[in-house]
Amino acid sequence: MKLHEYQAKDLLRRHGVPVPPGKAAKTVDEAVAVATELGGNFWVVKAQVHAGGRGKGRFKEVVGPEVLEAVLAGAADVPGKGGVQLCKSIDAVKAAAETMLGNTLVTKQTGAEGVKVKTIFITTGASIARELYAAILLDRQKSRLVLMASTEGGTEIEEVAEKHPEAIQKVWADPVTGLGDWQAREMAFKLGLTGKSFGPAVALFKKLYEAYLATDASMLEINPLVVTPEGDVVALDAKMVIDDNATFRQKEIVSWYDSGEDDPAEVEAAAYNLNFVKLDGTIGCMVNGAGLAMATMDIIKFYGGEPANFLDVGGGANKDQVKAALQIITKDPAVKAILVNIFGGIMRCDVIAEGVIAAVKETGLAVPLVVRLAGTNVELGKKMLAESGLAITPADGLADAAEKVVAAASGR
Amino acid sequence: MAVLVNSNTRLITQGITGSAGAFHTRGCKAYGTNVVGGVTPGKGGQLFDDSVPIFDTVADAVKSTGANASMIFVPPPFAADAIMEAADAGIGVIVCITEGIPANDMVRAWRYLQGKNAAGANLRLIGPNCPGIITPGQCKIGIMPGHIHTPGRIGVVSRSGTLTYEAVGQLSAVGLGQSTCIGIGGDPVIGTNHTDALRLFNDDPDTDAVIMIGEIGGSAEEEACAWAKDHMKKPIIGFIAGATAPPGRRMGHAGAIISGGQGRAEDKYAAMESAGVHIVRSPAEMGRRMKEVLGR
Repeated sequence: MKLHEYQAKDLLRRHGVPVPPGKAAKTVDEAVAVATELGGNFWVVKAQVHAGGRGKGRFKEVVGPEVLEAVLAGAADVPGKGGVQLCKSIDAVKAAAETMLGNTLVTKQTGAEGVKVKTIFITTGASIARELYAAILLDRQKSRLVLMASTEGGTEIEEVAEKHPEAIQKVWADPVTGLGDWQAREMAFKLGLTGKSFGPAVALFKKLYEAYLATDASMLEINPLVVTPEGDVVALDAKMVIDDNATFRQKEIVSWYDSGEDDPAEVEAAAYNLNFVKLDGTIGCMVNGAGLAMATMDIIKFYGGEPANFLDVGGGANKDQVKAALQIITKDPAVKAILVNIFGGIMRCDVIAEGVIAAVKETGLAVPLVVRLAGTNVELGKKMLAESGLAITPADGLADAAEKVVAAASGR
Repeated sequence: MAVLVNSNTRLITQGITGSAGAFHTRGCKAYGTNVVGGVTPGKGGQLFDDSVPIFDTVADAVKSTGANASMIFVPPPFAADAIMEAADAGIGVIVCITEGIPANDMVRAWRYLQGKNAAGANLRLIGPNCPGIITPGQCKIGIMPGHIHTPGRIGVVSRSGTLTYEAVGQLSAVGLGQSTCIGIGGDPVIGTNHTDALRLFNDDPDTDAVIMIGEIGGSAEEEACAWAKDHMKKPIIGFIAGATAPPGRRMGHAGAIISGGQGRAEDKYAAMESAGVHIVRSPAEMGRRMKEVLGR
């Protein structure tokens, strides 16, 4: 579960990590009030969307299509104002808020549709002596949390890893003892954080680790982590993802979730406890099990088709879930054919057949449907489909199913 | 012999009175697994299905039954604790089926097992979020459909449940039975990984070859291939699920996500090729390719 920057910063502030003062706003008036309250003569206004690349993003309603094309192509210099604006007056804050709120931000990551900006974050700037990078994340190889930092702040960590791997430093926390003081000190020394900024840096690293654990994060990234001329160490930006498996004990954070950027079909699927990811192809898939669902997408591609989605109905789906899954797939106008691929373990093939028949009878079938059943109660499931009188194409095995559905989608 | 579990395995179920725990305990029993007990705190002294004794703690169960394996169906908030309880009681093969355990809980549980093993114990965790492990004809621990398996000499290791069934179904269809099939689970923090499984199969006199099924996300397949390159004496057929998955999206399994340019299927296939693994890019070809490679 992705958090917005302002939400992540609220959490960090609660756990004692220094962040510049700032507040979220949903209207232009609120934005002006926040800036006035913050005071000073310099503000940063930031669009609160989950997608990255906000600064270089541009607003659909403000710039022309050729500018948006440049944004999507990842051009370095794009004319116009983006999703992060530096403002030197209250009027400038007002203008920035007017450009952003209610408009659609297109960044390299959002794709051409862009995302509607509903919330902006107004914060004071910080004077910058050095820009660093710091993150806490799970090192899957070691099964431990790692504090990873680099002297190349402001740059994407993937780029640093490629060009300056020597700039990246890591220390691994033992879950029994937590991140040790000595480890935080070691990190500060390695980053050259001596003198006045040494103490604050050590404290910040430890608090990042504490915040990560307390919020059940699965990723916490501070980029840039800024050292001010006065020696303060401040989290200027924050990216935070919460572990989806821990939402049961993070109710408050869950209640903040903004599903506005999620595909509506994905939101609907989640309500039925279905794992659904929208893709760009023409062949809808309904599969049981994440691994088999991925493999089904792969084999469709192998036979020259393009999957329209990833859909895992799970291990013990019932008739209603199967029905809902088929209806969600059918709603996508790009879908030209559907493949149902089930290897029944706990999941019984007759239950799948029942759901498929119910869905087709209720909503009709506008596109060809190929069904491949294997495993528990396969004979019964096949018989039910055959006797239903519906135009369902049965398939034997994965390859046969993929070939048939790819042919059907291309109108053959 | 096979790997990890066989006819000498004495199994308990943690969470035996929950609906999934009860259902699958019956399934394992029906398959022929020697189920010697179950654990549900507060229900100690009762019988499950009038025949299987229930205990309050894993330690009690081990003391009374000599259990050496456990199958965990405890709900996600308490599952990591259940793993540590099994480890503390000295259970040698801990199979955690539970899906949805917070990663931070698993980091702690795994550290606990490592500590025990460093102090001389010999504990092995399979999963979590896995279908379990089966040695066909001898012992089934988990949720896989037993009837698709046939006893034989091919090892199967996979992160995914149903995709493992697919591989097993294909093997059985071409007349190749399985020595042991290990579903290692789709989470970012798991006990037994691909490398561990390859090691076990390499050392097992009853295994001739291995099907290794990976997934996008992490680098466990690359590490296993690096090991296999220098050590594996038996042929491996390899498939990676998720070649068509977009980056940054979690594909069902918590661990199946391409992030920061890491965990791509192409990198994993490349690692497999450099380790001499016979790769198949169509998941429908696993069984047939194995037959071809073995020349049978």
